[in-house]
Amino acid sequence: MKAAFTITRRELLKRGGALVVSFSLPGTAFSQSGRAPVAGPPDPEQIDSWIAIHQDNTATVYIGFAELGQGCSTALLQVAAEELDMSMAQLNTVGLDTHITPNQGGTYSSSAMRVGGPQIQRAAAEARQALLSLAATALNTPASSLSVSNGIIQTADNRRLSYGELIGERLFNQPFTGTAPVKDPATYRLVATPVPRNDIPLKVNGTYRYLQHLRLPGMLHGRVVRPPGQGAYGDGIRVLSVDENSIAQIPGARVLRQNDFIAVVAAKEWDAVRAAQALDVVWERPDSLPGNDALFNRMENGPTNERIAVDEGDVSTYALAAVRSSFQATGPYQAHVPFAPNCALADVSDQDALVMCSTQDVYNTRTSIARLLELPPENVRVQYHEGAGTFGHSCWDDVAQAAALMSQLAGQPVRVQFMRWDEHGWDNFGPAHIGKARVSADRNGKLVSYEYEGWQHHWSLIETTAQTATNTPAQEWPAFPAQQINPRTLGGMYEIPNRRLLNHHVDGLGYLKGAWLRSPLDLSFAFVSEQAIDDLAFQLGMDPWRFRQQNITNYHWRDVLNAAAEAANWQERPAASIDQSGTLLRGRGIGVGTHLASYGGAVAELEVNTATGDVRILHLTGAIDAGLVVNTSNVESQIMGQLVQTASRMLLEEVTFDARGVTSLDWSTYPILRFEQCPEITPVIVQRLDEPPSGAGEEVMAAAAAAIANAFFDATGKRMTHYPFTPSRVLAALA
Amino acid sequence: MATLTINGATITPAASDDTPLLYVLTDELQLQGPRFGCGLAQCGSCSVLVDGVETRACVTPVAALDGKQVTTLEGITAYYAAATNTPWRPTTPLQEALVTEQAIQCGYCVNGIIIKGTELLLNNPSPSEEEIRQAMNGHLCRCGTYPTIIRAIQRAARTMATASSATAQGGATA
Repeated sequence: MKAAFTITRRELLKRGGALVVSFSLPGTAFSQSGRAPVAGPPDPEQIDSWIAIHQDNTATVYIGFAELGQGCSTALLQVAAEELDMSMAQLNTVGLDTHITPNQGGTYSSSAMRVGGPQIQRAAAEARQALLSLAATALNTPASSLSVSNGIIQTADNRRLSYGELIGERLFNQPFTGTAPVKDPATYRLVATPVPRNDIPLKVNGTYRYLQHLRLPGMLHGRVVRPPGQGAYGDGIRVLSVDENSIAQIPGARVLRQNDFIAVVAAKEWDAVRAAQALDVVWERPDSLPGNDALFNRMENGPTNERIAVDEGDVSTYALAAVRSSFQATGPYQAHVPFAPNCALADVSDQDALVMCSTQDVYNTRTSIARLLELPPENVRVQYHEGAGTFGHSCWDDVAQAAALMSQLAGQPVRVQFMRWDEHGWDNFGPAHIGKARVSADRNGKLVSYEYEGWQHHWSLIETTAQTATNTPAQEWPAFPAQQINPRTLGGMYEIPNRRLLNHHVDGLGYLKGAWLRSPLDLSFAFVSEQAIDDLAFQLGMDPWRFRQQNITNYHWRDVLNAAAEAANWQERPAASIDQSGTLLRGRGIGVGTHLASYGGAVAELEVNTATGDVRILHLTGAIDAGLVVNTSNVESQIMGQLVQTASRMLLEEVTFDARGVTSLDWSTYPILRFEQCPEITPVIVQRLDEPPSGAGEEVMAAAAAAIANAFFDATGKRMTHYPFTPSRVLAALA
Repeated sequence: MATLTINGATITPAASDDTPLLYVLTDELQLQGPRFGCGLAQCGSCSVLVDGVETRACVTPVAALDGKQVTTLEGITAYYAAATNTPWRPTTPLQEALVTEQAIQCGYCVNGIIIKGTELLLNNPSPSEEEIRQAMNGHLCRCGTYPTIIRAIQRAARTMATASSATAQGGATA
């Protein structure tokens, strides 16, 4: 058997003075070398915080973004290799670690390439410039006469010196000024090519170490114990009684408790699993949620805070416009549900803590754990290790806090993994949404007015562990735009003289926990907005692509719309204009949308069975303009993933809950798309070599959701007003 | 007390007979292939081959495996070599195809994909796309990589066909 993860935090901290720290986890794509671990973040103004050159003429690039399965740990190295004039084989990176890696902010909102790409590019360019300057002195020749290939510097008279010989294992000790010139895109060797990912061979041969594989010496296995499915966020969890004797027969199992936080630990994992199931706890479970049936009524009629997000021109022009469409629809709560339930390991003493988890933001997680443990943040070390794809704020902070608290209570290292029902039942769900659109156009099909009102609550700030263990009251994130209606997806792609967007913030404490779920709320926004736009085209007897085309002037939006249409071989005709008989009706639809940056366009083809209500999506085409695409294979894969997830979210995914709590607790009660239902997928990249990367992790989902909804109309002549398109909803819409 | 063979080694687990196989593999033997996903036999992340048949380790008690041959991802190359009567190689055609197609994202599902895909390809060396979808339908992927996984299985089938026709031709001329 392979040795388990055996290095302890104390050993690591003891080596604080050493320049090279051996911390390589066998079988990961990362090695940790070249940097002594000290409480971070390292100074971003120093080249050494970003890049270390080794004697063997390799380099370590320190990256503050998480490999989430999207391939950014390869793509960011492409950027560095390009600027350093090194090969991919000469570069490696390390796992995120508050004692090692810089703080580039969390890996959110497709930020890895959008924010990280330019930062890594400038750092690598600066390092190259510093290396050439050192070489010029060493070789007594002007820097401008030097050339570099594979990290070997060559003079005009063919003398050679490698980066490793120049500075291997030594610090640059130079400021990162951001002024070094970067490569001309016309000379790119590696950027904008499909470099194979570093992690895939290890993942496929079974040697990649996921977080779930890590072990700490002397650790216990732990499980949280909670009611099966959360109730209202503001209610928290109240424990009425715990019968510790109910697990007396399970060897070594014991209960850990702090206020209303209940957990079990045991030496063997199966014993911890059994104990968590067997432990007899009586909970107070108030009937305070609206349940699915009363959800939207309560959201719309309960207390809200209003904010006008956009107010341009005069939307009363609607009244006199030639064609008008008023459309309202709703979107459900949906879940992240990573394929592996979230997991964390912690080793906490009364002085310090090591927490290994799958946070998308190691520095923010450090802050919340330090607060929970009442330790100074610099005494808490948080490491990111990859788990399963998470697509937003699933339970990774919650489980990291749980592991830290359990280690503190147990006085031993603890590994905690959520059970499937913990993950499904206690997720921070993508919030439900109500949208109302009123749009109008003139006789020639030029948009006149656009109004949108949206209702949803914000994201949950206090995790369940902190809420229960410290009695911290539930609290939403402070207001900021990403939690609210999105002006870019809501008409922002069109030229509209009169536009008004009104956000109704619903107080989230009486609802389910919320958080960002890949392309937050955009599927719901586009589902409403782009169906209203489509309806104008329909009323005018115009082709829906043509109608959008003539209302778009921005070249990014125009190009993704046209690229999707072209790849899907779009033929012009008005929607719902084909006479179809029989029970299988076919349709095609188009849509545009995005999240906070970049641009997405999509075409959907589907089939509706009017007898059964089954909808089968046959083909999805998605085009993204994300500025410079560094790794084209990664982005094609991201488009594929977005399109398949959108199909899943539009056809199948809905969190179910009654007045007491969430009832969708596994893959059978919260189904996702399967192999047999998967549509054919065509990804399209609109490449912009001369523009900065703007992110490609979530920007075509809104467009695809809209295209699916519009394809349903094209097939049936009916509009869906709620998703997912379950057979019963489809049959009701067709009736 | 059950005695089972795991990747060719005979094991008598310390765990009680009602313990699901998964916890013997992950906790006792610290294997990395089979992994916890749902504990309910719904997702396929814990899959192993039991006497050549894809089986969910998370719900299969050790007692049910007495005398059985269990193959995990760690043993798949040896299993494949024996089943196809070919020399051992460090990766199977399916594993190579998954890399060539850059088929996965987070890759947590890939254990089950390789176990089930290997079972499929050994039973049906040239499956149609429909047959691939049908065989794989019990395996979920949250990242949505089904299209590239299908392509990888098709590629692996082509590789296997080429290899076996080369063997057949070699045999004929010898």
